[in-house]
Amino acid sequence: MAEKTKLKGAPGEGDATAATAGAGASEFARGEELPRAQSPARQFLKKFLRRKTAVAGFVFIVLMLVIAVIGPSVVPYDPNQYDYSALLSGPTAAHIWGTDEFGRDVFSRLVAGTQLSLGTALTASVIGTAAGVVFGLIAGFCGGLVDAFIMRVCDVMFAFPGILLAIAVVAIIGPGLTNVMIGVAVFTVPSFARIIRGAVLEVRSELYVEAARSVGCSSRRIMFVHILPGTMQALIVNFTMNVGGAILSASSLSFLGFGASVTQPEWGAMLSQSRNYLATAPHLVLFPGLLIFLTVLAFNLFGDGLRDTLDPKLN
Amino acid sequence: MQDALLEVRDLKVEFKRDRKSWITAVRGVSFSIHAGEIVGLVGESGCGKSVTSLAVMRLLSKATSRTSGSVVMDGRSILELSDREMRDARGNDFSMIFQEPMSSLNPIMRVGDQLAEALRLHNDLSREEIHARSVEALRLVGIPEPEVTLRNYPHELSGGMCQRVMIAMAMSCEPKLLIADEPTTALDVTIQAQILALMERIRAERNTGILLITHDLGVVAETCSRVIVMYAGGIVEEAPVEELFERPRHPYTKGLIASVPRLGRRVHRLPSIPGSVPDLAAMPAGCRFAPRCPMARPACEAKVPALVQVGEGHRCACPYAAAGASVEYAAGIGGLADGAGAADATAAASGATGDVSAQDAKGVPTHE
Repeated sequence: MAEKTKLKGAPGEGDATAATAGAGASEFARGEELPRAQSPARQFLKKFLRRKTAVAGFVFIVLMLVIAVIGPSVVPYDPNQYDYSALLSGPTAAHIWGTDEFGRDVFSRLVAGTQLSLGTALTASVIGTAAGVVFGLIAGFCGGLVDAFIMRVCDVMFAFPGILLAIAVVAIIGPGLTNVMIGVAVFTVPSFARIIRGAVLEVRSELYVEAARSVGCSSRRIMFVHILPGTMQALIVNFTMNVGGAILSASSLSFLGFGASVTQPEWGAMLSQSRNYLATAPHLVLFPGLLIFLTVLAFNLFGDGLRDTLDPKLN
Repeated sequence: MQDALLEVRDLKVEFKRDRKSWITAVRGVSFSIHAGEIVGLVGESGCGKSVTSLAVMRLLSKATSRTSGSVVMDGRSILELSDREMRDARGNDFSMIFQEPMSSLNPIMRVGDQLAEALRLHNDLSREEIHARSVEALRLVGIPEPEVTLRNYPHELSGGMCQRVMIAMAMSCEPKLLIADEPTTALDVTIQAQILALMERIRAERNTGILLITHDLGVVAETCSRVIVMYAGGIVEEAPVEELFERPRHPYTKGLIASVPRLGRRVHRLPSIPGSVPDLAAMPAGCRFAPRCPMARPACEAKVPALVQVGEGHRCACPYAAAGASVEYAAGIGGLADGAGAADATAAASGATGDVSAQDAKGVPTHE
C-alpha cells in the first residue's frame, strides 16, 4: 500500500527534479510542448513511400493476395467448366482472356489458380525460411564444428542449381503440389541459413548480448530474444525476394510436369499445356506468362524497396 | 576480519592462439573483495583487468579460452558450478556493468522489458510485482520519471541515463557483488561523478561489494577503499587507497601516479614511463616490468618477483622497492616535471579530480 502511494506521488516529484536538474530525457518524454520523436514505423513508411516502384510492387502483391483469397468464389466461370462451343477462342466479350483447347475460361482459371500458385510459393518460402533460420542461428551461435558442418552442407547444396535440386527432390519423393513445395523449400534453406548466420555473427558480438548473459540469460533465450530480432531486417528483405523466385520455381516444376495435375489451374501447368498451341492461340501462353512475370517482378521490386529502406548503410 | 565475499586465488586465463599454442592474458592473480567495499582494479589497456572480471563472471567463451585457479564467492567455487547454476548466479549473486552503456542495452527492446527480463529470470513474480520492482529499481538509480523511462527505447535515453538503467538492471536482484568494467569511461565528467556517487550510495545502502575496473586514478582516489594495480597480466601492487597514493612501492605504480597532471602547477611535459607493454606472446622471463623499469637490475630479468606483504594490507611485487626510494621518470624530451616524486601523489590525484568531487555533493539528484 505504501508502495502504491509512493508511485502515485512520482510524477510531481519527477517534475520537480527534472526542472531543477534539467535531465534531458525526462523532459522529452513528458513533452507536450516538444515535438515527439517520429516513431520508427512512421519513419519507415515515409521512406518507403518515396520508392514508387516498390509501392507499385506492394500494391500488386496485395491485389494478388486479395484475388488469391476471394478469387475462386468470384470468377465468372467454373475453372473446369468445358465450353465446346468456344474452343481455343481468342479474347471475346464472353471470355475476356479467351478459352483453352477444352473451352475452359482462361481468366477464371488464372484467377482461381492464384491461390494455388501463390499458396505453393509462399508455403515453400515459409518452410524453407523457417528451417534456414534455425540452421543459421545454430551455426552462427554455436560456431566451431557445428558451424563448419552446417555451412559445408549448405555449400554442397549451393553447388546444385536451385531448380535442379528441386527437380531431384521431387523426382525422389514423387510429383504433386505438396512435393513441389518441399522441393522448393529445400533449396531455400541453404541461402537463408547463410544469411542468418552472417547476421547472427554480427549481432552476437554486440555488447548487449554479453550484458544479457551477465544478468543470467540462458543461451536459448539469448538466441531467440536478443539475437533473432536483430536479424529480422535481413530476414524480411530476403524472404520477399525469395517468394518471387519460389513462384518461378514452383511454376517451372509444374511446367515440367512435376507439380499440379492437368486439371488444376496452376499457372505453370497452364503454361505447359498451352505451349502446343503457341502458333494458333498465343493468348493461352501470354496471359499465364504475363501473370507469372508480373507477380515475380512485383515481389522483387517490393524486396528491393524494403532493402533500400531498411538498410542503414544505404540511407 | 570477516570472510571475504569474493576470493580469487591464482587465477590464470589463457586464450587460444592457434591449434596448439595458447597465450596467457592473466597469470596467477589473487585478490579478495569484502562486502561493502569498493576495490579499484587499475592498469593500462591490455593488462588483463577486463579479462579478470570476465573470468570471474565466467563470461569467456570456453571454445577460445581456458581458466584455472579458484574463484570462491560466498563459499561456492564459481569455476566448478554447472552452466545452469552459473546462469542462476549471474545477475542474482553477482552482476556486471560495462564500459559503453549505449551499446549494453538491446536497441530493439524497451527499457522496461529489459529490466523485467533480469527480474523474471531470477524471481517468480507477477506482472504487477515486476512493474513495481522495475520502477523501484529505476528510482534507486536516480531516474526522475521511472514510469516514462520504462516505456522508452534505449536510443531515447542519454548515455548517463543508459548507464543508470544498466546499474538498475545489474542491481535489480540485489546481488552481493557488482563488477563495474570502466563504467564511466564513455561518459562526461559531470555524469561520471553522478554515476560514481550512485555506486557509492549503493555500496552504503545495500552493503554490496564492488569491483571497479578503471584506468583513471582520479576515479580510484575518489571512490575506492582498496586498490589493485595490474601490469601485463599480473598484480604488481595492492594497498589501501591512501597508502597507495602516499607510499606507492612498485616502480610501475609510482610511474602511473607521477604521470597524472595536477592542478595549480605549471608542468611543461608530464613524466612518462618509457616503452610500452610487452606483447602477451613475448613476455620477458623475469619481472615483466623490468624492460621499462628505471631501477631494474640484472636479477630482475631472472625470475618473476613474488607479491610480498610490505605493510598493513599492502602487497608489492618488487623486492627492491623500499617505501622511501624515489623513482625518477624522465619527463619527455627536454621537458621538466618539477618534482615528479611520488610523495605528493595524493594531492596529484585528488587535484585532478577536484572538479569531480565538487560535483559529487550537488550533482546527483536524490529523491527518496
